[in-house]
Amino acid sequence: MMEIGLNHYLVLSTILFSIGLVGVIRRKNLLMLFFATEILLNSVNISFAAISHFYGDLTGQMFAFFVIAIAASEVAVGLGLLIVWHKRHGNIDLEQMSTMRG
Amino acid sequence: MELYLYIALFSPLVGSLFAALFAASPKSLIAGVVPSLLLFTSFVASTILLVNILSGGDIVHVEMMTWIATGNLYIPFGFVVDQVSITMMMVVTVVSTVVHVYSIGYMDHDKSFNRFFAWLSAFVFSMMILVMSDNFAGLFIGWEGVGLCSWGLIGFWYHKESATWAANEAFIMNRIADLGMLIGIFLVYWNTGTLQYDEAFAVMPALNSEILTWMGIFLFVGAMGKSAQFPLHTWLADAMEGPTPVSALIHAATMVTAGVYLVVRANPLYDLIPHVGLFIASLGAFVALFAASMALVNRDMKRIIAYSTLSQLGYMFVAAGLGAYWVALFHLMAHAFFKALLFLGAGNVMHAMHDELDPFKMGGLKKPLKWTFIMMTLASVALAGIYPFAGFFSKDLILEVSLIEHHYIIYSVLLFTAGLTAFYSFRLVALIFHGEERYKLFGIDPHEAYKFVLIAMSPLLILAIIAGSFKMTYFEMVTAVLPATQYHVHSVVTYWIMTIGTQLFVLLAIAFAYKKYANNRITVPNGTSKMENRLCYKILSNQYYIPYVYEEYISKPYRELSEVFWKHVDMKVVDASVDGIANIIYSTGEKTRTMQSGNLSTMLKWMVAGTVALLSLAVVFGLAVRYSDEIKLIFSGLGVQ
Repeated sequence: MMEIGLNHYLVLSTILFSIGLVGVIRRKNLLMLFFATEILLNSVNISFAAISHFYGDLTGQMFAFFVIAIAASEVAVGLGLLIVWHKRHGNIDLEQMSTMRG
Repeated sequence: MELYLYIALFSPLVGSLFAALFAASPKSLIAGVVPSLLLFTSFVASTILLVNILSGGDIVHVEMMTWIATGNLYIPFGFVVDQVSITMMMVVTVVSTVVHVYSIGYMDHDKSFNRFFAWLSAFVFSMMILVMSDNFAGLFIGWEGVGLCSWGLIGFWYHKESATWAANEAFIMNRIADLGMLIGIFLVYWNTGTLQYDEAFAVMPALNSEILTWMGIFLFVGAMGKSAQFPLHTWLADAMEGPTPVSALIHAATMVTAGVYLVVRANPLYDLIPHVGLFIASLGAFVALFAASMALVNRDMKRIIAYSTLSQLGYMFVAAGLGAYWVALFHLMAHAFFKALLFLGAGNVMHAMHDELDPFKMGGLKKPLKWTFIMMTLASVALAGIYPFAGFFSKDLILEVSLIEHHYIIYSVLLFTAGLTAFYSFRLVALIFHGEERYKLFGIDPHEAYKFVLIAMSPLLILAIIAGSFKMTYFEMVTAVLPATQYHVHSVVTYWIMTIGTQLFVLLAIAFAYKKYANNRITVPNGTSKMENRLCYKILSNQYYIPYVYEEYISKPYRELSEVFWKHVDMKVVDASVDGIANIIYSTGEKTRTMQSGNLSTMLKWMVAGTVALLSLAVVFGLAVRYSDEIKLIFSGLGVQ
């Protein structure tokens, strides 16, 4: 049985990050975009936790908690805005959100 | 005494700045009166300094402040009032005070009255710097300053095409000569390590004569431009486009003599290189004759006087070249008085004749312009060198110098020129003041100038008459710094034959001029008379075709060359590369603006692209740092340091 070490976590984190990145680039649905962002953040959390464990230093894990807390509040605000947007325009399509265009 | 030095130097500047305050506003008398008063102050201060030096006081030498101090180079704003510069200061302040007061009357109806005084006083200030500086750098600043003011005053009536042309011609010709002068100054600095006159001249005897020769030649090139010596002489006659007081002050009495002053000032240098001195003297004699011959046939009153100035500058260079520096300076002084007077008189005539310059169209003006007639006649007598007027003492002295120094060719040229001088001066006087009143044909009613103008001119008249009597005082004064060679013809008989002979020759020339031009048969030439169709007349009246040659063989080819450079170098290389850079930047912007689509999805894509790019850069640099030793090894293997 192979010992699961730091590298495995980091590879996992990288894979998740790439998936999140592709999601951010490709998705046109705002809700899906939020999911992709969550994947990005959590991939980072994995590496924080793994490296923290590797060095025996709790700072990284603390940081991961912070990230989770902030991500939660961000999603709460984002979802609120999303609902308002949906009520106004009847869709949550990124392509339609171009009111800022000069 | 220092205080008087500063007063003498800076009051013209204050006057100039004061008049400049009013430059853009309509004529106000105060802008003319204040600079004149300040110049008079400067004159008084100079007189006090002169009295101090005459009574055996010390030479005033001040160092106002450091100007340039870097490494071994040290140039202060230093001023010196010694026997030579005080002579120049007196000449400059006397003539310029007179000219300022005269100009109040002369420029009375001019719209740019105030601007005129700003320029004129600025000129006097530059001239004072030129003569008072104790080093070559200060001299050069003054030198350029007078050139600039001369440009502004020749082109004073800038709405006239000919005036701006003449101003530019004078400026450009002087720049050509100034390059020579600058090279001369550099040579002085390289070889002596200083630009202070006294220190530089003290080192010079130890230098080898080839270097000294080049120094002398290049400094003289500068003098040639300012003093309008051949072949840089054409600007002086054209400079007569400026107002007449300007011609009197700048192009007769002061600025054009700066070249002579330079040679006199650099006398320790020119004493070491007599062969250059001989060249200067020969060129001077040539110019004296050359200019006088052009004055013989000219039909422009001011140009005649300008050629006469040129001719007299030639005399001064003969004296300076032969080592008789004090004689050159003495003639400079005497000449300044009578030539300025002559010009101012010509200005009166011009005003009376509504700017008519052709003396053939005047005639018989001695009745309406009685005082001007007297003044111009006496000035011409002084110029011709009749005893006991100023010209007799200074000009005959130059003749004696050339004889005593055994330069018989120069002597005969100068003697012949003295006859020509008398002839053309009195041709002018006869044509303007005697004979039939031809001006009536043109319906002009001439009036004498204002009283105060005539009174302002009187000091010059008095000086033109009595300047010769200062000769011995002057000699004793300046020879404290200049070589004190007395020029006496040893044999008494020779002396009297020479003096009386010269006087008779000059008188004959005057009589001939009167006989030929003071009669009632003179008519306005119309190009049909036998005289005008002679070859020599044509050559002389076209100034030996020199302006034509300059135009055809220098100006035009230069213009064509410039056109080629403009079309092929400027447009195709310089402009094209500048435009190219601008175009690249512009098209980059044009292409990349599509990035800013306002679409969130696209923006996110660009953001990711940017992150990836930065990350990969970081990785590349990180690797490069880690493997720097190996990379260096590879590079050195390829032969790169």
